[in-house]
Amino acid sequence: MQTTLGSPTLSAIVSFLVIVAFTLAVTYWAARRTRSTREFYAAGRSISPFQNGLALAGDYMSAASFLGIAGLVALRGYDGMIYATGWLVGWPALMFLIAEPLRNLGKFTFADVVAFRLRQVPVRVAAAFGGILTLLFYVLAQMVGAGNLITLMFGLPYEWAVMIVGAVMLAYVLFGGMIATTWVQIIKAILLLFGVTLLTVLVLSRFHFSPGELYAAVAARYGQTALEPGGLVSDPIDAISLGLALMFGLLGLPHILMRFYTVPNARAARSSVLYATGLIGYFYLIIPIVGFGASALVGREIIRKVDSGGNMAAPLVAELLGGTPFLGFIAAVAFATILAVVAGLTLAGASALSHDIFTHAIRKGDATEHEQIRVARIATIVFGIVAVVLGMLFKGQNVAFMVGLAFAVAESGNFPALLLSIVWARFNTAGAVSSIVAGALTAVVLIVFSPTIWVDLLHHAAPVFPLRNPAIVSMPVGFLTGIIASFVAREPEAEARFHDEKLRTYLGIGAE
Amino acid sequence: MYDSPVPESHRSVLDSVEFRRLVAGRWRVSLALTALLFILYYGYIILIATNRQLVSRPVSGATTAGILIAAGVIGGAWVLTAAYVVWANRHYDPAVAELRARAEKH
Repeated sequence: MQTTLGSPTLSAIVSFLVIVAFTLAVTYWAARRTRSTREFYAAGRSISPFQNGLALAGDYMSAASFLGIAGLVALRGYDGMIYATGWLVGWPALMFLIAEPLRNLGKFTFADVVAFRLRQVPVRVAAAFGGILTLLFYVLAQMVGAGNLITLMFGLPYEWAVMIVGAVMLAYVLFGGMIATTWVQIIKAILLLFGVTLLTVLVLSRFHFSPGELYAAVAARYGQTALEPGGLVSDPIDAISLGLALMFGLLGLPHILMRFYTVPNARAARSSVLYATGLIGYFYLIIPIVGFGASALVGREIIRKVDSGGNMAAPLVAELLGGTPFLGFIAAVAFATILAVVAGLTLAGASALSHDIFTHAIRKGDATEHEQIRVARIATIVFGIVAVVLGMLFKGQNVAFMVGLAFAVAESGNFPALLLSIVWARFNTAGAVSSIVAGALTAVVLIVFSPTIWVDLLHHAAPVFPLRNPAIVSMPVGFLTGIIASFVAREPEAEARFHDEKLRTYLGIGAE
Repeated sequence: MYDSPVPESHRSVLDSVEFRRLVAGRWRVSLALTALLFILYYGYIILIATNRQLVSRPVSGATTAGILIAAGVIGGAWVLTAAYVVWANRHYDPAVAELRARAEKH
């Protein structure tokens, strides 16, 4: 088939410009409502549960999950579906374990919760370290992915693509803070869900709206094995470890956790997770249909020729079924997806730098609103520039494992300290700091020694650590370190305050 | 984030049987649902690892059991989330409202 992929078509440029113009108009509107720290970090806690559900879905459904999973299903069949299910199962766990306590205890960042009854300076610094490390790995993967995808779809040079993403998302965050970022996420989530739904309907229309016929067509072309598990779960321990990372990594992602402060109360937080789970579940349910449709209608050979990773499967099937205009729309949606995710990451990074480090660790909580907002904006610029520079530095590198690294640090460094601080009276400053540092470092070191980096990137003969996903080891390290350190270094003040914390955790008394 | 010490009325709520029951009940429900989630998802992964034949079995035409199971895992995860919301709205919120009223009345 002929494709206009890789050349900037009129429809792609127009769709992209419309999306950017519209989101910048929203940012202008939001900027006039962003004066206080409460508005900058938490959208004035005025976001409704359904809006927050959409925004959470927007934060989570990255270009990697849209293009990547469709491509995985297109090229590797059923294994792509196994992978897709793993991306959803963190959401119920988030609901059961931390959503409501997080909302009741915190103000702007997850560090607020961990530091609630502990010594501010060490805990804030450790939590900001874990949070920023997570965000840097995540944003690096997004930026390099953005550069590659935009080059593939629009034919723009890589550096331009990275700069445009950096500049536009900085405009959102800098001027519109959380209000603009939330609305950008909502717009992007609606566009993405609409685009993928349309794509699914168009694919199914070729098969009399019967998924069974689609699967039969895939089996006829690539054999029944396309619909059977392949090599993804060949090692069950590694598969379970990946599952743990995806499930509990979500519970330590700062940009996701931050969204819970944008709703008025714990009940709204609860409803927003239900909406998000429904929207994200729907997304992962229909994405495989797009992937299978691409392999049946476009063919694996062509998909692989355009991009060996399969990332262009969804855009190619969009072009086949809806022509150049639809391809342009899908390309613009993918671009908007990247913009929105990077904006969310930048806002979370800025809040860790300004709220946790500047306001609480340096100023000990003594900073005026005006100063805090100013520092928040400076931190936004700093984080944004770092994101762009990282994107430039890692051009052409294989960064797919960076998302795994982000989830590993989140699930081993951030999540154990967060959960222990909510549920365990004895948990203290020593426990929190050592848990975050030990969990995060273990995750990073084990990934470096795993087949992913040690063998695939550094070309050693055998890995030092056998698993590709360290969660099954590094998460227990995070928990055990926190527990042992808490037992060794007692902190009676922190234990005494646990009772007051409980009133707020469960009843919301005194919640922001 | 710790500021003023809690007033005496709050302390009486903290020590009450109802509050302890609320907290214990909340974690009982949460942990039971988390256990079900683990069975659902890790059961699925272990099933693929240990019984490939079952997952690969065609159920109608080319459609394999695995495709339906994967859809079931996604649907099941949402149902568990919804179950928590229904429980919390029906049982947890009214109990919280009562205890809060008691804490603030004094």
